[in-house]
Amino acid sequence: MSGSKESKQYKNSVLNWIEFRLPIISYFEKEYGDYPMPKNCNYFWSFGALSMIILVTMIVSGIFLAMNYTPHTDMAFDSVERIMRDVNYGWLLRYIHLNGAAFFFIIVYIHMLRGMYYGSYKYPRELNWILGCVIYVLMTATAFLGYTLPWGQMSYWGATVITNLFSVVPIVGEGLKTWLLGDYTVSNATLNRFFALHYVLPFVIFGVVGLHVAAVHVHGSNNPAGIDIKSKGDTVKFFPYMLLKDTVALCVFGVIISAVIFFGPNIMAEVDNYIPADPLVTPAHIVPNWYLAPFYAILRAIPSKMGGVLAMGAAIGILFVLPWLDTSKTRSCNYRPMYKWFMMLFFINFFALGYVGLKPAEGLYLLIARVGLVYYFAFFLLITPFVGWIEKPKKLPASISDAYLGGNKEFPLPLAEKEIN
Amino acid sequence: MKVIFFLFFIFLSLGAFSSENSHKVMPKHNWSFDGITGIFDKAAIQRGYKVYREVCSGCHSMRLLYFRDLIDIGFSEAQVKVIASDYTVLDGPNNEGEMFERSARPADRFVNPYINDNEARANNNGAYPPDLSVITKARKNGVDYIYNLLLGYVEPPKDVNLGQGMYYNEWMPGNQIAMPSPLSDGVVDYDDGTDNNIEQLSEDVVYFLKWAAEPEMEVRKNLGIKVILFFIILGFVVYLGKNRLWRDVS
Repeated sequence: MSGSKESKQYKNSVLNWIEFRLPIISYFEKEYGDYPMPKNCNYFWSFGALSMIILVTMIVSGIFLAMNYTPHTDMAFDSVERIMRDVNYGWLLRYIHLNGAAFFFIIVYIHMLRGMYYGSYKYPRELNWILGCVIYVLMTATAFLGYTLPWGQMSYWGATVITNLFSVVPIVGEGLKTWLLGDYTVSNATLNRFFALHYVLPFVIFGVVGLHVAAVHVHGSNNPAGIDIKSKGDTVKFFPYMLLKDTVALCVFGVIISAVIFFGPNIMAEVDNYIPADPLVTPAHIVPNWYLAPFYAILRAIPSKMGGVLAMGAAIGILFVLPWLDTSKTRSCNYRPMYKWFMMLFFINFFALGYVGLKPAEGLYLLIARVGLVYYFAFFLLITPFVGWIEKPKKLPASISDAYLGGNKEFPLPLAEKEIN
Repeated sequence: MKVIFFLFFIFLSLGAFSSENSHKVMPKHNWSFDGITGIFDKAAIQRGYKVYREVCSGCHSMRLLYFRDLIDIGFSEAQVKVIASDYTVLDGPNNEGEMFERSARPADRFVNPYINDNEARANNNGAYPPDLSVITKARKNGVDYIYNLLLGYVEPPKDVNLGQGMYYNEWMPGNQIAMPSPLSDGVVDYDDGTDNNIEQLSEDVVYFLKWAAEPEMEVRKNLGIKVILFFIILGFVVYLGKNRLWRDVS
């Protein structure tokens, strides 16, 4: 009667029954219960969990919004306003979805910048980083498609500007654009397909997130010291140690996002999107959602349309090869005295690009965008490889336990042994 | 490194300065709905509705609102029925296949002053009077912009050439507006004896427009305080538990 394989035994007979047929119980126990996390991980490591939570929030709120939304150019704007006015707590659903998208990007940007600062993309987590970049690209596509749906002025003109970029493709450009739009201009056919794609892409993201999490669990999470786990004493179990820590982070995040959702729900929205789309009236400045603004700044910094599109594509594409551009073996910037400052400057530069991306492309803004563009690419193509060669990293702590007791700082003697006794 | 940072911040502050420089700063008016506990002033909204009905609605539609929404601002159902019945809407077709006119009911939308956009333009010197349903959300600085715009009809500077049928307004982008000054002292009589000077009329109509754009505001803020308190209390408890748990990690 016994099965061909030994399965793990649980007290609960239902769990045993499932486990014997599909070892999903032990899988979750291994990956989310006993999963060893380096104990020196700081709160930046909570942003992965936070982005997962917000992805689920976006999908759930989005499904309920879709139940009340009408993807037709004559009715889309009014159906969104009907959600805001006549659907029970529809305003809450929409404001969660609208601001959730912005916070999703904030969280993911912090998650990515954390990965860059602490060198999480390096061996053996390169594929994990690439999957993360795939998620990011899918997110930008989803956000762009979703921005179109309320069919306000920015929706319409944003869609027009972005789809126009495809016409730079040699020979087939115009045809490609028409094929994407389903018409010669942004129209009802466009809105319909954008809605269909906006509905399906989050589930694709969800799948890639599954791979992303599975991949990081193979070699374990990186940590602020950027050194490998050497013994069991270097780690704590995910449950309950990291779960509680992530819950603290979630509550702080909850306060911040609630403050925006309930007290300033439109502060990150463009006012023009409360004006119904009008193909005959072009807004004074067409701006994307602010979280895509750094790349929009890069697009406009180059005077030729073709060059701008290539630069924008390259700016995102270059992220994929970052693991091979970095020549340093030291992961964490805490132990890289030179690169650390270039990294900080990269963060500031990214914000500056975002700022000018929302301003008209003229005068000083254009100058900042061009300087920012040069630094963006110089950082990846010149600074990252060369600093790795010439920099002398600081001495790494002997183990994660040492780093934990020393507060992730450089310290001279093996303090850990003394403390334990 | 410090030099780069310094230059960078100079750039940023210059950028901020140059963008502010070309426009005057919008004066901030005090509103009852300001702040996290701000609420609507229902008397002001009702007065504002009277201003809208007697002045603005001659040209501006509010197609997203229903008459029944007026119950929110303190009118009784009977009063709303009376207000709605002043308007005529086109309904039908009836059993004979004819369209017919009837007086409006609370379940009807606010009645558009024009049959279509083209008629609206034709009657307004080619300019389209925008729908006011969400106007405070659809303009930068929302309520303050509308308030200042209504009071912003001043004598044009000597060097300004106004277009045909245009008026000078110091807060309109480009300073030329097709709408003549809509309000003046005493243009609407208030039933409750409130002073009907132009500042009061402008303030009241902005209260009405703010409510029209965000009717959920009071519920939203009320719920927000509860949700934030929930996260603070839960976060505090979990934080203590987390510290207790991590105390033994070394």
